[in-house]
Amino acid sequence: MNTTAAELSKVPQLANGFRFQWEPAQDSHVILYPEGMKVLSGSAAEIMQLCDGTRSIEKIVAALEEKFPEAELQQDVLDFFAGAAQEGWINV
Amino acid sequence: MSEPSAPLWLLAELTYKCPLQCPYCSNPVDFAKSSGVELDTDQWIRVLREGRELGAAQLGLSGGEPIVRKDLELIVAEAHKLGYYTNLITSGIGMSTDRVASLKQAGLDHIQVSFQASSSELNNWIAGTDSFEHKIEMAKAVKANGFPMVLCFVTHRENIEQVDDILQLATRLDADYVELATTQYYGWAFLNRDVLMPTREQLTKAEAAVNRFRDEKINDAMKIFYVIPDYYEDRPKPCMSGWGSLFMLVTPDGTALPCHSARQLPGIEFPNVKDMSMGEIWKRSDAFNKFRGFDWMQEPCRSCSEKEKDFGGCRCQAYMLTGNAAATDPVCDKSPDRHIVDAAIEKSAVTTSAAKPMVFRNAKNSKILNDRLGPGSR
Repeated sequence: MNTTAAELSKVPQLANGFRFQWEPAQDSHVILYPEGMKVLSGSAAEIMQLCDGTRSIEKIVAALEEKFPEAELQQDVLDFFAGAAQEGWINV
Repeated sequence: MSEPSAPLWLLAELTYKCPLQCPYCSNPVDFAKSSGVELDTDQWIRVLREGRELGAAQLGLSGGEPIVRKDLELIVAEAHKLGYYTNLITSGIGMSTDRVASLKQAGLDHIQVSFQASSSELNNWIAGTDSFEHKIEMAKAVKANGFPMVLCFVTHRENIEQVDDILQLATRLDADYVELATTQYYGWAFLNRDVLMPTREQLTKAEAAVNRFRDEKINDAMKIFYVIPDYYEDRPKPCMSGWGSLFMLVTPDGTALPCHSARQLPGIEFPNVKDMSMGEIWKRSDAFNKFRGFDWMQEPCRSCSEKEKDFGGCRCQAYMLTGNAAATDPVCDKSPDRHIVDAAIEKSAVTTSAAKPMVFRNAKNSKILNDRLGPGSR
């Protein structure tokens, strides 16, 4: 298995203490954590709505590409989860 | 003026009752003067509901010691249902492992446990009570119940040399975050400023200890927030990210404030949630509009290129140090009053706690101080 395939098979999950939810006042999805909030972009929110602790990154990409057939999303999704893991709010 | 942004942060000070006596408490020095009548459960729930409608997402539950409230679980459960991220800010005293579990059940998201020091002896002296062992036990219970845990150490002259030990203790307790917050001089801390303020040398050493801990990756999983005291800065802090910008506090008796210590500012009538809705208070009240935006500013703030970064600093600090709440925060080296801050640093350097004993935060001292200061003074 090459590294990309290995990454794709991983199942991302919100880290303990972090919560993903819709905030009407922000007109955005956000990540809430102890004493803080991160406002997500529209595309980040699309990814996070599929991140439920059971889907692999590969399945998330497949679901997104079904919704947005024009787009080639695999690398963006991989980068998103790598960044979130780096920031500490996603475990992969 | 356009509609103000949402008060993202709502802090509910549920009670002024507290078993601890920390001499840097941010509660008002004259807290004993308040009637002692606290908002009841239904009133708090209405505050939470209206706050949420305004867009508040983070809820802090503090005090005093919030665990004193028998209805804390009810308040937490309602806050959780409303969609708040709920933060309990506690000393751990009065808490039991059962209550940690019942708070988890109620939907509490996070617990911040404060420590006064990393050693039992110093911790208990500052807290004014034997509390260290119980805090350790509660910190363990917090982790065991799956909460993310922030350990908060308020630092000052007496404990800032313990930074290495503090970080070791936090590591042993498996903290997710550790906050090393140098005392800010409001409330009781302002009274005790001369004997709380660390020296520059102490700060330099503490900062080096934090950096060493980070560089050597001793515990990479634990995030460290290190807050240095603004008296040693040359630009003011962006206090509350600006007045009435994203923070709202409700005191035990229902007074709504834009920060912890605003009640001392003269000539401002702070509204009470019993008389006005949270929305009216936030959007329309004179108190919350008083220092919103930039129109209230005087020079040198008014024409300063950094005003949108620091909002002129802290209104309370400006008032406490210069007598003028609209003045530039005198921490700023562009302020004509910067010498006041420098004089305070110099005075603290030559004041020993033998010469000026620490005044502990309790109802008795609060009453004495209130009498001494006279009615109407804060």
